[in-house]
Amino acid sequence: MIEKLDQVFILLRDWLVQFLPADWQAIAATVLNVIAIIAVFPTLFAIVTVMERKGLGRMQNRFGPNRVGPFGLFQPVADGIKALTKEDVVPLCADTVVHFLAPLVLVVAVFMGFSVLPMGRNMVLADMDAGLLFFFAMGASTELSVFMAGWSSRNKYSLLGAMRAVAQMISYEVPLLMSSLAAVMTAGSLSLSRIVDAQNRYTFGLPHWYVFTPWGFAGLVLFSIAAMAETNRSPFDLPEGESEIVAGYFTEYSGFKFALFFLGEYVGMFSIAGLGATLFLGGWSAPLAILKWVPSWIWFFGKLMVAMCLFIWIRGTMPRLRQDQLMNFAWKFVIPMTLVNLLVAALWRFIGPGWTRWVVCWAILIGVYVLMGETILRKRHLGPRSYRYAE
Amino acid sequence: MLGEGLLKGLAETARNFAGSFVSEERLTTVQYPEERVAPIENTRDFPFLVYDGDDWHAGMRCVACQICEKECPPKCIYIEKSKDKKPDFTGKPQIYPARFDIDISVCMSCQICVEVCPFEAIKMDTEFELSTTDRFGGLLLDKKQLSRSNEHYHKIHPTEAAEVDARLAEEKAKAEAKAKAAAAAKAAAPVAAPAKPAAEAGKPAAAPKPEGPAASPQKAAENKPESPAKAEQGGASGS
Repeated sequence: MIEKLDQVFILLRDWLVQFLPADWQAIAATVLNVIAIIAVFPTLFAIVTVMERKGLGRMQNRFGPNRVGPFGLFQPVADGIKALTKEDVVPLCADTVVHFLAPLVLVVAVFMGFSVLPMGRNMVLADMDAGLLFFFAMGASTELSVFMAGWSSRNKYSLLGAMRAVAQMISYEVPLLMSSLAAVMTAGSLSLSRIVDAQNRYTFGLPHWYVFTPWGFAGLVLFSIAAMAETNRSPFDLPEGESEIVAGYFTEYSGFKFALFFLGEYVGMFSIAGLGATLFLGGWSAPLAILKWVPSWIWFFGKLMVAMCLFIWIRGTMPRLRQDQLMNFAWKFVIPMTLVNLLVAALWRFIGPGWTRWVVCWAILIGVYVLMGETILRKRHLGPRSYRYAE
Repeated sequence: MLGEGLLKGLAETARNFAGSFVSEERLTTVQYPEERVAPIENTRDFPFLVYDGDDWHAGMRCVACQICEKECPPKCIYIEKSKDKKPDFTGKPQIYPARFDIDISVCMSCQICVEVCPFEAIKMDTEFELSTTDRFGGLLLDKKQLSRSNEHYHKIHPTEAAEVDARLAEEKAKAEAKAKAAAAAKAAAPVAAPAKPAAEAGKPAAAPKPEGPAASPQKAAENKPESPAKAEQGGASGS
């Protein structure tokens, strides 16, 4: 019974597919998988937007949306109707084709990432051997769509936003990759389902998640920072900084294309949060051995939602960085830290089991962190700002 | 230590988040259409015409002197004088506005019309829910739509309205005293001044002519230094 619940979606798919002729079954199964992904994540997007707006409101001592439906829960429906009925304005000088394609490329690239994520036991659309590589390739192509949007709009704000976005995404792609490399090194595979399997073991009822190791913890923190920057999430939302450049690269988008950008951004967040959960938090595995009976997909989506709550919390707390702060943070702090983390992961692997590796790894990580933090803080220029050329 | 501030900030927002569910005082939002904050006394948005008593037309204080129309910076007031007259609050026959329109889409709520009015006839309202589906006709208010009772004025601006009422009562008392004195003088010496009744013959009521000029020194005595000239003007055009 419990196993059936765990595999409920797989069984449902197989049951649906059996009515078709044998030749079509494989294709139909894949199509059903794709439909499931395309249905689930936009629904999740609707839930998370209302959760985010209400959560942010509470953090600022407001109510948040509470008008549409009970507790404002139907707000996303109202937003969707609004987006659909709005006029789709395309600037006169815009490159119409590219302008049209940009949101589509974003959404497609973002959804492609889900094809390699294991969302439960046996629940992975394409179990590639190089799944992680595929995921990052797809993640990198969102940059293309961002630049397409910014360039084709023929708008200074759009172009500025796109340039910021590309600079930021390329800078943070490096730490994103390098922080996940630690997990790949330990698991010995680029396949995401094999990385999950490597973490799905228990000692004394506690899981072997990578986050419970020094390098895994540091890796998760660095991965989260890089992931937030990758998805243009506050405090790294410079590409769409409302106070500076209207809405950045999607300034010239309206109606449903704007909604698609919004959707793409959120779904991108889901996919990268799912990747983080897969790499460091054991994917769909249960947090305690005694909780193994709970269906695996509940754990995956639970971890996803926890990650989203964290994103929202951080968004409600931190102000936007400046461009130079953003770049300095990436190249002078995050990337060196990921390099140190790789070294620590290697040490962890070669020192072998025992308490020595715990001490050595934590000592290196904390030492480097404190040292680098002090250097950063020492260089901070406080006091009134001086202008060399103005005045 | 690096990251300390971030953790402090996260703790603060977490405290806000949890606290907003626990204590109602944290949430300062007023859920507008259901609950609303009472407007403070000095609130003002658009002018209205005050009337005394129950009948908005009979009790209207405005005498169509057109000072407000002339003073209005964006020229949003339009007045047409009446051909006939009706008695004002002292009983003296006065012209009244046959038409008094204010285009509140043009009005800038400067209150200059209120300040120049010598008859306390135009005041500022606090009504702000003025949205309409007709942006031209719906925002051009005629004199019926502009009329509000003195009680309404008392309700929205109690202090100011009390002052205005006191001033008007004093004026009325003075006018009555003068009328009485004039009547007494007339009764005492009916043949002393034969020219005066002849001059007043054209007027329907027996209100004394010196009322207008008599009102202005009395007004000047109150702390309203700009009013004598205006009152003079108003009186001149009014009578």
